[in-house]
Amino acid sequence: MSILSVKDVSKTYQSGNRRLTVLDQVNFDIQAGESIAIVGPSGSGKTTLLGLCAGLDSSSTGSVILNGNAFEKLSEDQRAAARSRDVGFIFQNFQLLPTLTALENVMVPLELKKRKDAKERALELLEKVGLKDRVTHYPTQLSGGEQQRVSIARAFANEPKILFADEPTGNLDTETGEMIEDLIFNLNKEKGTTLILVTHDPELAKRTDRIINIKGGKIQEEIHG
Amino acid sequence: MGNIAWVLKMAIRDFRKNFSRLLLFVSSMVIGIAALVGISSFGDNLKNDIENQSKELVGADLVLDNSTPLGSQPTDSIALAQADEINFASMVAFPSSGESRLTQVRVLEGDFPFYGKLETLPVEAESTFRAGGRKALVEKILMAQFNAVVGDSIKVGDVTFVIEGELQKVPGQTGIAATVAPAVYIPMEYAQETGLIQFGSRLKYLRYYQLSDDVNPDELVERYGEQWQEDRIDADTVEDRRRQTGRSFDNLTNFLSLVAFIALLLGCVGVASAVNVFVKEKLASVAVLRCLGVSAWDAMKIYLFQILLMGLVGSVIGSFLGTALQFVLPTVFKDFLPVEVSMAVSWSSVGFGILTGLIVAFLFALLPLLKMRKVSPMATLRPEEGETTLKKDPLRWAVILGILLFIFGFSYILLDGWKAALGFTGFVVFAFAALWAVAIGIMWVIKRFLPISLNYPIRQALANLYRPNNQTVSLIATIGLGTAMISTLFFIQGQLLDEAKFADKEDQPNMLLFDIQDYQVDSVITSVKNRDLPILQQVPIVTMALESINGMTKKGNDTLPDEEKRSRGLYNREFRVTYRDTLISSERLLKGKLRKVENPGDSIFVSFDQGYAMRTGLNVGDEIIFNVQGRPIKTYIGSFRDVKFNQVSTNFLVLFPEGVLNNAPKFHVVITKTKNDRQSADMQAEIVRKYPNISVINLGAIVETLEEILGKISFVIQFMAFFSIATGILVLISSLIISKYQRMRESILLRTLGADSGVVGKINTMEYFFLGSLASLSGIVLSFLATYLLSKFVFQLPFRGPYLEAFMVYLCITILTIILGWLNGRKIIKKAPMEILRG
Ligand SMILES: Nc1ncnc2c1ncn2[C@@H]1O[C@H](COP(=O)(O)OP(=O)(O)O)[C@@H](O)[C@H]1O
Ligand SMILES: [Mg+2]
Repeated sequence: MSILSVKDVSKTYQSGNRRLTVLDQVNFDIQAGESIAIVGPSGSGKTTLLGLCAGLDSSSTGSVILNGNAFEKLSEDQRAAARSRDVGFIFQNFQLLPTLTALENVMVPLELKKRKDAKERALELLEKVGLKDRVTHYPTQLSGGEQQRVSIARAFANEPKILFADEPTGNLDTETGEMIEDLIFNLNKEKGTTLILVTHDPELAKRTDRIINIKGGKIQEEIHG
Repeated sequence: MGNIAWVLKMAIRDFRKNFSRLLLFVSSMVIGIAALVGISSFGDNLKNDIENQSKELVGADLVLDNSTPLGSQPTDSIALAQADEINFASMVAFPSSGESRLTQVRVLEGDFPFYGKLETLPVEAESTFRAGGRKALVEKILMAQFNAVVGDSIKVGDVTFVIEGELQKVPGQTGIAATVAPAVYIPMEYAQETGLIQFGSRLKYLRYYQLSDDVNPDELVERYGEQWQEDRIDADTVEDRRRQTGRSFDNLTNFLSLVAFIALLLGCVGVASAVNVFVKEKLASVAVLRCLGVSAWDAMKIYLFQILLMGLVGSVIGSFLGTALQFVLPTVFKDFLPVEVSMAVSWSSVGFGILTGLIVAFLFALLPLLKMRKVSPMATLRPEEGETTLKKDPLRWAVILGILLFIFGFSYILLDGWKAALGFTGFVVFAFAALWAVAIGIMWVIKRFLPISLNYPIRQALANLYRPNNQTVSLIATIGLGTAMISTLFFIQGQLLDEAKFADKEDQPNMLLFDIQDYQVDSVITSVKNRDLPILQQVPIVTMALESINGMTKKGNDTLPDEEKRSRGLYNREFRVTYRDTLISSERLLKGKLRKVENPGDSIFVSFDQGYAMRTGLNVGDEIIFNVQGRPIKTYIGSFRDVKFNQVSTNFLVLFPEGVLNNAPKFHVVITKTKNDRQSADMQAEIVRKYPNISVINLGAIVETLEEILGKISFVIQFMAFFSIATGILVLISSLIISKYQRMRESILLRTLGADSGVVGKINTMEYFFLGSLASLSGIVLSFLATYLLSKFVFQLPFRGPYLEAFMVYLCITILTIILGWLNGRKIIKKAPMEILRG
């Protein structure tokens, strides 16, 4: 079953009277439970593509269908609801809410789904990522690796069908980065989540089922692992 | 929405970390709220006190007054007690020094006041004065002015009295009234002996009644009113006075509330600009929330709730301070208050303050907060996205409209009329727009015309004013408006005093002798001429009353429906009229023309002051019958004049032609010009000695009184303007603290690039200098405009730029800004650079 299908998607930016085509007729399909990596040089359109797939932005042409919903037919708030229901995020710069504790950050997606056991679930997840004793700390009191682990816990909290990660190890040293990678792949396997990973690290990309290579806004090749 | 609970929860969570910052943001609002609550509480208490002390306000239950002796009245037999007074303006002299001045003489008989007390020093003087003898009570301001002490003598007309006591306080009288017309009390038995109770004196006969509790004074007025009206007797009850006093103080406190409201609005501009910075900081968090599936409105509400919560905290603090403030207010207003004001917490005022605070915090915070709805979740992936997607938003206009409506509604309640409220709203919009325009204009000029070749610190300091998240324009607006209010006040006050003093230097009259009887005119003129002084004007005055307008008598007028009725004052007024066939320099013909009476029997055309005619609804061509000492004279309004009332001169509402009144009983005014104070004093002493009934006013004394009154008024206004300045300073402080982190990074960067701390310090100082200069200059430009308009249209004075005062204001504000900047910067320098880099 296809959980995400991208059909003829283009994205252009208008700046003054110059049109910049960032994505050009991109097509692919992703099956539930699959893990894929989007790789390519800087400025090739990876982040743009990820944003479109997650419904953060709307495409200029074409259609993105996530779990049966065509994003271009939804309003911004309906897309937000879809994200809350189906999507998890891991960011390069962690993006924790600075005024909330680690625990509260993880609780947010659960509370949005009005789950009564938000706190227990969140604690469980934090324990899983090895931060049991840091739950009351604020993001500024945590190292980069620890922040990213909180963010992983948050991403898995609402049991998303599909998880998006944009350069999740980009801001971390190699060692910590590897630990984070392990965490993501292990949890992914455990939960059976679909994973879409943007990276420029070939080693990391190799750990996925499929690699989509993008260059100048076009898919160059797909490598199946 | 089920989500509201979660939104609240998130708001509270976020709030923990934002508390101190948000408190800083709303701090600018606190002073405005405090002023509002303070004044409103004070007004409430004052109202209660006027209610409770209304009998002391009058000193009696019922007062009758007339310009002729009252004779026996039907109320005499009903009252428990009665007291009589004759009241008139006259010169009094202090024989020990030979000095004299115009005062209010109150000739007393009986135990007035029945309620409250004449407070004297020594205390027993109040009763020994009543025991009989040539004794006088003299108001303290007069004693001070002539260095008189109890036991000295004072001469009123032909009689010399011993000063028995110094009057400290008279029921119902305000300090201002005592300044304008200080009073001397003498016993009735010497009234005739003074020689002042004669024709031409403007005498007022009063009768005070004390009534038993079961007699309602208003019923008495109802019962005997008709007869009293006929006899031109004015009846005043406690209830009347309570209502009048209450109304005029309502007006006063409402006006002051509006001034406080302006301070609050200034604070709100500060709140909005601080929240704007807050919003920019929170954009990243909003983007994350959007990614996690929070709707745009919910994300915004998380922050809106926090600001409302803080607005509540600010309003409560403000109300608390305001309640404390009312302890100060009676001191500030002491010269204007007719009663003792009590202190009590006015819960309605506190509620009013909190509600107002919440509404303005909501409206003004919403303005920047609305942007949060437009944050794209894409900003999580590409931070620069945050700024670019903030689009124009029709809701912003709705909020602006809401703010205007609120200002309108607020002033509508206080001003009690939509026109006045519209005027106030217009004024506020204009003032803010003007400041905004001036601020932006000045900044544009600087950017455009300051040469690039300026040395580096100056250039950097200027560039700093445009740093991201700068609050320059809102600072200029808030400090500027505060400055504008204070300096307009200074300027106008200076202008008025200047004008009064200036008049002495030019060849303008500076001494006025009035109440001169017919038989005295020639010898007074001789006295003046003997001293080599010019007779600048010699004016005959005839007093008369108005009998009917176009056939409508006072009685007829009373039966008309309210909307057709003319003011009763028109019929009750004593007109003091002169006659001549030409205009004098202070007059200008506006409508119709002056017409002489060529032959006996011609119609008589009189000329009215246009302003007075407009106010009372009179028109050229109206037939007016005047009553001159019992003789009716039929006239027509032939013209309107504009009379300039701001010089030492005689000005008349009504001008008759020659030949009509020449034989009527009259008295005279002589106007002259002395060369110096010495001459004035000598002339005045001679006149008072020779002709005790003649009153003398000299310009020097007027200037002195004017100075004193303006001083008292301006103290109150300065006190009110202080709220705005203080708010401006709070906005400044809060913006300095908000930008502190940014400033730290900048100066560390500069130091890293090799600037020594001297250069960094210079740049900072220059920046504060520019900020202070811009703010004060904007304010000064605006106040020049206001002063110009007020001078021209309200006071009708030529505008003289108050450059020196403006320079002083400029220096004060600029130096204050620099000092505050330094105080804030000192802490920055002390911080270790590493601490800053870690954030
Ligand atoms: N809002 C925008 N306006 C114009 N150009 C943009 C905008 N956002 C991204 N781009 C451009 O699109 C291209 C792709 O960006 P991005 O998707 O971030 O690349 P990558 O993530 O692969 O480095 C870049 O050239 C970038 O400059
Ligand atoms: Mg990228």
